[in-house]
Amino acid sequence: MSMSKIASRGLFHKPSRRVRVSGLAIAVSAGLLVSGCAQSGDTSSTDPAADSSDNACDISSTYPSGAIEFIVPWAAGGGTDSVSRFVGIQLSDRLGVPVNVVNRDGGGGVIGHTAIANGKADGSLIGMTTVEITMMHWQGLTDLSYEDITPIAQVNSDPSGITVAADAPWDTIEELLDDARANPGEIVGSGTAIGGIWDLARAGMLLEAGMDVNDIRWVPSAGSAPALQELAAGGIDVTFASLAENATMIGAGEARPLAIMGEERDPNYPDVPTLKEVGIDFSMGSWRGVSGPSGMDEDIVAELACQVDDIVQSDEYIEFMTTAGFGVDGKDTDAFTEFIVNEDEAKGTIMEAAGLTG
Amino acid sequence: MIDNLSQAFSMVASWELLLVVLAAGVYGIFIGSIPGLTATLAAALLVPFAFFLDPLPAIASIITMSVMAIFAGDIPSALVRMPGTPASAAYVEDSYRLTQNGRGALALGVGLLASATGGIFGGLVLIFAAPQLAKVALLFTSYEYFWVAILGLTAAVIISRGSQVKGTIALLIGLFVSTIGLDISVGFPRFTFGSSDLLGGINFIPAMIGLFGLSQVLRNVISPPPAALPIRIESKGLLRNAASTLWNYKKTAVGGNVIGSAIGTLPGAGGDIAAWVAYAVTKNGAKEGKNFGSGTGHIQPIVGASSANNAGVGSAYIPTLVFGIPGDTITAILLGVLLVKGVQPGPSLFDSQAPLLYSIFIVFIAANILMIPLGYLAIRGSGMLLRVPNSVLMPIIVAFCVVGSFSINNGLLEVGIMLIFGILGYLLEQAKFPLAPVVLGLVLGPIVEKNFMQSVIKTEWDLTQFLTRPMSAALMILTIIVLLYPVLQKLIGRLLRYRKPL
Repeated sequence: MSMSKIASRGLFHKPSRRVRVSGLAIAVSAGLLVSGCAQSGDTSSTDPAADSSDNACDISSTYPSGAIEFIVPWAAGGGTDSVSRFVGIQLSDRLGVPVNVVNRDGGGGVIGHTAIANGKADGSLIGMTTVEITMMHWQGLTDLSYEDITPIAQVNSDPSGITVAADAPWDTIEELLDDARANPGEIVGSGTAIGGIWDLARAGMLLEAGMDVNDIRWVPSAGSAPALQELAAGGIDVTFASLAENATMIGAGEARPLAIMGEERDPNYPDVPTLKEVGIDFSMGSWRGVSGPSGMDEDIVAELACQVDDIVQSDEYIEFMTTAGFGVDGKDTDAFTEFIVNEDEAKGTIMEAAGLTG
Repeated sequence: MIDNLSQAFSMVASWELLLVVLAAGVYGIFIGSIPGLTATLAAALLVPFAFFLDPLPAIASIITMSVMAIFAGDIPSALVRMPGTPASAAYVEDSYRLTQNGRGALALGVGLLASATGGIFGGLVLIFAAPQLAKVALLFTSYEYFWVAILGLTAAVIISRGSQVKGTIALLIGLFVSTIGLDISVGFPRFTFGSSDLLGGINFIPAMIGLFGLSQVLRNVISPPPAALPIRIESKGLLRNAASTLWNYKKTAVGGNVIGSAIGTLPGAGGDIAAWVAYAVTKNGAKEGKNFGSGTGHIQPIVGASSANNAGVGSAYIPTLVFGIPGDTITAILLGVLLVKGVQPGPSLFDSQAPLLYSIFIVFIAANILMIPLGYLAIRGSGMLLRVPNSVLMPIIVAFCVVGSFSINNGLLEVGIMLIFGILGYLLEQAKFPLAPVVLGLVLGPIVEKNFMQSVIKTEWDLTQFLTRPMSAALMILTIIVLLYPVLQKLIGRLLRYRKPL
């Protein structure tokens, strides 16, 4: 819930929102129509216009043989939803079969991720996995982990930002942390539910800085938008969330970013330092990537990874993501798999230290 | 403002939107004029369609449908002595008695014009009050949201009809169901019995579709209503007579408008309750008050209550859009649709999506104007509307209930929820429990809990903040006033009675 709501903010503050939303609705209805046809044994689905350059990705000779179901583990209208729909349409163009994007929201991502893991491993069901797959099993919500899915390719990541109100007494991240060290528990932050991705970003940062995990306390919220409202109304002191989600408030001069938790600075905020620059070797953020059920055929994975990579490299994708405020971050199957394994371990360490494991 | 308004006009002026508004209007009149089928049910059945529309047409369809349905509820009241929607229940006796005495056309005509003017008044209140309230709401933190939601819960039970004990039990059922799933603040699973499907909690839209849609079908099948033959009415000169009558009772109409708008603005109380309150006030204030609902029927209470229920429809959008806290059951459904569309109601909506908001305002006024011709045709064709056989209608409703529930999350769990709540709704209604508090408990429960937990975690359980923040205190006092409403009502009633002989 939280992630989708968070991300929808970033999306809906952009001027081209209306256009995109109506496009989305058309895509939904078109998708339904197409799926209706596909179910009645549609053979005309192979797109004759598929151009030869795509054939470089045609690794599996038998795939795809029919419509593909693309699971989104979050609600329609959110950030993961809009990225998934974009990728879904592009995949459909490239593979020449219908790709039906289906939202399976609920349970902090558990329901949708379970649907992806339980699908048939023949490539007819894939989905968008999000950072929560590396968190929810530590929390004790489910036994499902990255081992139950086949990572295919990553498409996005957004580092956490640290944002305070414009009139806050801290000018730099060091000042904020010093204050928290001197007055433990006085400063409160928000951005997600307790144990959500941005809460972990806060906890991880504090631990890496050698501080107590409660030196900055966490107030749960339904996402970064309500957290920002609390920030503006003076209810909390600092929000942890991607800077794109805070863009409107920062632009309006009501909030100030102090740092981001990325590997390098955000080109949109060239003056905002990374934590690494101030001596805290820590990075964390949300990410999204295409995955399927475990035990998928290597050729099918390779073909899908190749197509997804093609999409991620495309100008349309980069433009879409930039407009919506999302970071473009493509990783191939091996890199994505390795990344998930590392993420999973890192999340486990932080959650254990923060007492969030169930 | 001008910029937003011109953008809004260009958004509204599309064929798609006009078509949606017209279709939703006809649909609303149809559902509203069939006894037992409520405006809430009409909204619930619209859900699957709303998912395929852009946000504005989706919202416009629900708005248009609901204003039409609330008016059309008057039609069977006058013709067969059965209110089409609960909002018309207050003055059903007066309407019917007028019809029996050959003045049915006047009763319906006055109802139509009172509804349209009431709706426009409520719309204007929405247009002018909502942006101001949104500025105040920008300063709201979790304490204030906690109180607004508590106010909604209180209003849902206290200002309802019938037994307040039963209302409270219904509310508690809703609150209990809202705790199922992942706990909203610390992510702890509750009442899920290890099922990962239930982690997501009980979505309130399929629950409402069951409560208001399926339960009605069950009621119809288990105890079919007697076939009522509607009385024919003469519609010649209908609007002219109605207009002059309405003018004679202009004070009553204004009173109804004000009461309707005020009650609609309260979170948790909408047009149904507004009509009862306006009826009571009109009755207390009128010379012939004690004869209302008897004899040859009276037009004055129809003026008051019929303008109040439509004024309440408009102002119920105020808490919905400003705080994200629904004004009544219809706006609860609208809220669900908005969230699915990625539109997050709240004060920031007034900055970030001003054109959308202004378009909603325009649709409101337009829908109430459109009500006059559509309502006129409905009154003329009323005999036909009441003759649609149940054997055709009920299967269609079941089909829409299933499709609508499934479309929420593409899962069968929601269809199951709808079935369970359909049976629950039937049983509750049989036992004379109101259904609206169940829904409001379900919708407001998480809001109360979330904001309470946020507040106490923020201050490490310093509860005084709930009382000492100025806006919190004001909202708390408002809640207490609502709690004391039954006592106040008696007092005011007594005062008015004492005044009368003078």
